[in-house]
Amino acid sequence: MIVTNDKRYTIGILVQNVPGVLARIVGLFSGRGYNIETVTAAETNEKGLTRLTIVTSGDERVLSQIVKQLNKLVNVIKVFDFSETEFVDREMALIKVRAEQQTRAEVLRIVDIFRAKVVDVSPHFYTLEVTGNEGKLAAIVELLDQIGIAEIARTGKAALARSKK
Amino acid sequence: MKLKGAQIFFECLKKEGVEVVFGFPGGAVLDIYHEMAAHNIRHILVRHEQGAAHMADGYARASGRVGVCLVTSGPGATNTVTGIATAYMDSVPMVVFTGQVPTPLIGDDAFQEVDIMGITRPCTKHSYLVRDVKDLAPAIKEAFYLARTGRPGPILVDLPKDVIQAQTDFKYPKKVDLPGYRPTVEAHAGQVRKACELLAKAKSPVIFAGGGIIISEASEELTRFARLIQAPVTCSLLGLGGYPATTDSGDGQRRPDPLWLGMPGMHGAYQANMAISHADVIFAIGVRFDDRVTGKISTFAPKAKIVHVDIDPTSISKNVEVDVPIVGDCRNALEQCLEFFEKAPIEGISEARTPWLDQVARWKKDHPLTYCPSEELIKPQFVIEKLHEIAGRDAIITTEVGQHQMWTAQFYQFDRPRTLLTSGGLGTMGYGFPAAIGAQVAFPDKLVIDIAGDGSIQMNIQELCTAVCNNIPVKVVIINNTYLGLPRQWQELFYEKNYTGSCMEGSPDFVKLAEAYGAVGLRAERPEQVESVLRQGLAIQGPVFMEFMVATEENVYPIVPPGKSLTEMLLTQL
Repeated sequence: MIVTNDKRYTIGILVQNVPGVLARIVGLFSGRGYNIETVTAAETNEKGLTRLTIVTSGDERVLSQIVKQLNKLVNVIKVFDFSETEFVDREMALIKVRAEQQTRAEVLRIVDIFRAKVVDVSPHFYTLEVTGNEGKLAAIVELLDQIGIAEIARTGKAALARSKK
Repeated sequence: MKLKGAQIFFECLKKEGVEVVFGFPGGAVLDIYHEMAAHNIRHILVRHEQGAAHMADGYARASGRVGVCLVTSGPGATNTVTGIATAYMDSVPMVVFTGQVPTPLIGDDAFQEVDIMGITRPCTKHSYLVRDVKDLAPAIKEAFYLARTGRPGPILVDLPKDVIQAQTDFKYPKKVDLPGYRPTVEAHAGQVRKACELLAKAKSPVIFAGGGIIISEASEELTRFARLIQAPVTCSLLGLGGYPATTDSGDGQRRPDPLWLGMPGMHGAYQANMAISHADVIFAIGVRFDDRVTGKISTFAPKAKIVHVDIDPTSISKNVEVDVPIVGDCRNALEQCLEFFEKAPIEGISEARTPWLDQVARWKKDHPLTYCPSEELIKPQFVIEKLHEIAGRDAIITTEVGQHQMWTAQFYQFDRPRTLLTSGGLGTMGYGFPAAIGAQVAFPDKLVIDIAGDGSIQMNIQELCTAVCNNIPVKVVIINNTYLGLPRQWQELFYEKNYTGSCMEGSPDFVKLAEAYGAVGLRAERPEQVESVLRQGLAIQGPVFMEFMVATEENVYPIVPPGKSLTEMLLTQL
């Protein structure tokens, strides 16, 4: 049996929003054999700056290499290694769930419990919007799966360091 | 005043002090070639774009300046990729300009279109696709700045044809705007102190220096430092010349430097590998612990605390766990170390160091680098020893990749930085000849010699035409054993002597070939001809091929078999 010390890590990356910057980051992960579990990227309030959040896995040595390699990219302004700081993270999922006469009420109960929203309704389906951390999303997906999930689209995690108290 | 992109290109090159461009034209860059005559920049027309990239690399390694090459789009660009990757692995400052199809055509699979940015992203330090002529000057400014600062490396600048045809006001930016790029030059004083305290207490220290010493121009500091703390020195392949292999013994004779261990690793000297394996402190500087150096990583330097100085944080604790990491420029770190020990010299250093240096001397005496001389067959090592004797310590030596490269590292005594140019990281056959041309362009009056094998010389042999046409008097020593020597040696030792694919019989007559190109060709077939061929060849004013028909199945020893520890090296033929 191979024993690995692999853990999951969340990394924040602030980059200059120039053509090809995503390719550089994603290419670095694939070229050096690092995992990407999720990646999100969007502009920040500062013009020309984009923030990415990447969830990866590996041992501590790999994580330290990833952080250093990312810092080495010319367009990367700052890397946040969330293994060393408290952070908040959220992910949004759109879930299209089967909603027939006998299950509609149950779906709505789940929506209520998870503070989700119904964003689209059709004769046989509800599409739900749910936001939360990994645990919450896993829980609602598990429950809805028993009713019947037709499709799911998740954004992947976005994360920010907690402000200092 | 408005200038065309092509004119701005040359104005920027002049601002950067570029004297020479190695290039090959094509449709996408003809506007630049059209402007070239009006500007005082030398153009060396190559015969293959890979040659242009290696020439720019050789020029850069020999001179420390940024090497420049210019090629067209599509195949012109892809032909430079091996040269770019070679420079990237060995941290060579280089700017590669590639033509590109006009911006409206990008993405349409236009004639000679290729996504060269995409192809080279993993083997460039950074790259630019210039989409607007207004961005051209800032991109070139940044490209040169990035190429030569921090850990140097190749930068690619992709130039769409409509951009170099468009006009704009030319103003060369004074500063670069790179908020994400701030290399740490100044080594952390606290870390340096920790390293020095470790060294002060060490009983059996070893200095392991690499290409970073050459790049940061720190060989004088390194030499002073090693002598001050009386620590033996081993240099990686790229570090050779960073510490003098020989020293003036006062009688005008040069003798092996007492602290010099030679190169470590797979084909390293016995004493270098033994010293590393028995050291209590390793002061590693400007190296990256390549697998060819470490052998089996779990048994590398088992007793040593490791100090590691490098300007690139990713090099530190990548392959070996480091006890004292120091991020910074090698010369800066060494200056600080020198200051520490000049203020607080180690008391009784020479007596304290005697047991360790005696041990090193015994290793050296017990198993020196050697070979079996022959009166019948030319031994390749003999050719290299003779070459060193005749060409001396000022010549610039380049190599291809293979046995001849390892014999050069072992038997040519490098005393000065930038006198050995070799593809260490990527191991590129076909590197040495164009690199020699580039080095000769940087130093027209120096003796520049490519030591090649019969296999590797054929990988970029077309550049002989470049040498002849441009009066670049490089010398090429071809060690011809009619094999791809290293693959054959491995097949002999580790693959049941199954020599599939490694026999090079049927190669052309290199003497006639040289003559066909308009160069001089010479050949030695017996040991007693070696010296006269070398003397005759090196004295000729133009490019020369000197072919030496050597013992065909000579092996490089020592060899650490793949996956084995440094102490498990095989010293001679079993």
